[in-house]
Amino acid sequence: MSDHEYTPKSKFGKWFNDRLPLLSLASHLTDYPTPKNLNYWWTFGGILTFCLITQIVTGLTLAMHYIAHADMAFESVEHIMRDVNYGWLIRYIHANGASMFFLAVYIHIFRSLFYGSYKSPREIIWIIGIIIYLLMMAAAFMGYVLPWGQMSFWGATVITNLFSAIPLVGEGIVTWLWGGYSVDNPTLTRFFTLHYLIPFLILGLVVLHIWALHVPGNNNPVGIDIKKPSKDTVPFHPYIVIKDGFALLMFMIVFAFFVFYAPNILGHADNYIEANPLVTPAHIVPEWYLLPFYAILRSVPDKLLGVIAMLSAILILAALPWLDTSKIRSAVFRPLYKQFYWILVADVLILGYVGAMPAEGLYLLIARVATAYYFLHFLVILPVLGLKEKTIPLPLSITEPVMGGSPNIAMAKKKESKIE
Amino acid sequence: MKNILKLISIIILFCVTSANVISAEKVEYLKTDWTFKGLFGKFDRASLQRGYQVYTEVCAACHSMKYLSYRNLSEKGGPEFSVAQAKAIAASFEVTDGPNADGEMFDRPGKLSDKFVKPYENVKAAEAANGGAYPPDMSVLVKARGGGVDYIYSLLQGYEEAPSGMILDEGVHYNKYMYGNKIKMSAPLSDGIIEYSDGTNASVEQMSKDVTTFLMWAAEPSLEARHQMGFKAIFYLIILTILVYFSMKRIWSRVETEV
Repeated sequence: MSDHEYTPKSKFGKWFNDRLPLLSLASHLTDYPTPKNLNYWWTFGGILTFCLITQIVTGLTLAMHYIAHADMAFESVEHIMRDVNYGWLIRYIHANGASMFFLAVYIHIFRSLFYGSYKSPREIIWIIGIIIYLLMMAAAFMGYVLPWGQMSFWGATVITNLFSAIPLVGEGIVTWLWGGYSVDNPTLTRFFTLHYLIPFLILGLVVLHIWALHVPGNNNPVGIDIKKPSKDTVPFHPYIVIKDGFALLMFMIVFAFFVFYAPNILGHADNYIEANPLVTPAHIVPEWYLLPFYAILRSVPDKLLGVIAMLSAILILAALPWLDTSKIRSAVFRPLYKQFYWILVADVLILGYVGAMPAEGLYLLIARVATAYYFLHFLVILPVLGLKEKTIPLPLSITEPVMGGSPNIAMAKKKESKIE
Repeated sequence: MKNILKLISIIILFCVTSANVISAEKVEYLKTDWTFKGLFGKFDRASLQRGYQVYTEVCAACHSMKYLSYRNLSEKGGPEFSVAQAKAIAASFEVTDGPNADGEMFDRPGKLSDKFVKPYENVKAAEAANGGAYPPDMSVLVKARGGGVDYIYSLLQGYEEAPSGMILDEGVHYNKYMYGNKIKMSAPLSDGIIEYSDGTNASVEQMSKDVTTFLMWAAEPSLEARHQMGFKAIFYLIILTILVYFSMKRIWSRVETEV
């Protein structure tokens, strides 16, 4: 990479850079050689950075007006909506921003799954990503508690109660989490504190995520290793910056549509009813982005095993680089994996759907089948597929598929047979 | 493999149809043309003013609206009463203030900065006066019900004779649109129960529409500002996106690849 060769032009720049190489870093980020065949699924990293910054900025503003107290939280949110200048705008951006953040992160994750971006040498990037995703869920859950509506209260009750499934110490842990014998003011104040803390932890991990990415460089739709820099790469600026910018603007249009024209459509009506410990809502449902895991939790009849299943469903992703035995990264060259990939996407969507429905009758049956399939995909299908699948020959360089066809197909095929 | 895909699509189809069957069991809400829907949706000013009249003369006997202040009545995007009218409305209510220099609480006429006066001192008093059922605060009621404005509009017109065989307790009424069809509130509106100051015929349908519009504004006072800003923001974003698209094409034309 070019940061070693970089020398600032001015005398002061050189003096500064010798002591703190910020200019070298800037030069590295600008010149960072990026595969030129990245498609739009690769723009979600930049979009996610935008989402994180948006949540932090709007969140800071909201925190200036919000009161973390069981008797005043709901009222303070209405105060923000009515009396704070553009408070409604800031709150709707923050609330819908959470949904947009998850929409983007799911696309980002499924892009990784399709193109095998989690495979060697990118395992650490992937695992840091899983930790970020876990922290995002924690932050989103605690953030949803803060308005202190009915869903806030009962969602917090249901989720914190999961810890009571732990044998022997479970009940004690729940009391400790609550700061009392039910979800109440102490719970709200600690959730607010943690909700404020987590985004900065995420920010730190995002830096590590990008740092780890810049060591091997980006994966690409063809999934082969490329020489960097070479004619297969372009410098990050201006090529990737403008492309990410274009995709971000498209994303912002969708975002703006929700904020301005359907700000409450992704939320639950019950959360506009102030929390009441004496009245339980008919159906307690989490926000849409947690529904697949909620479905897995409820599909197991035993509470402890349900919690274990739900946690495993997330943590199993961390083992993915080793569960997937195929050396070929991109699904483009794995005809069977490609089909199983789309079945997994459908499976997760079905889990999300039944997660929103009452856990009874047919819904429960579907949830159980879909849960079983989810684990089957990662624990059986992926390891076996990698060993059995007949893959399509890889091209020698990304220029071949980009330029449409190659005179070297025969050579590529030869190379492929060697791999086999 | 094709079979598996087929199976999956059958399951999805099945989920979707069963969802439709379930939702078909629900009653269809009454529909009316709300002026505040859509990209440029705005409140019907006259309807908001009439709606306030329905609220204050009918609903306010039992339902509080604790997050609204009298000043809101004259603010832009709302019923837009003149400041003088809003002052007069506020002054028509007695507000308890204090303590004064002698440590006594005292009553005074309301001011623009006061919150809407509540019909009951507290939740318990409200429950005691209404057979144990708390008439919910109406500030954000529209947003707190699944069907939103259509639900409230329908509910107000949904009072019917209970079907034969359904036994209703004392003080419980049958309503077609209520969850479980049982409601403690008796039919609040009847033709001509109030006399509109602008001369509009006060039919149940008209009053339902007006008061629901008013409740929508009460729950979402920034709706008009939001719609206006939304149009500008999205218009700006689209123009910028187009410009960035062409810049991107230009920049990438230096590389022999498609964007």
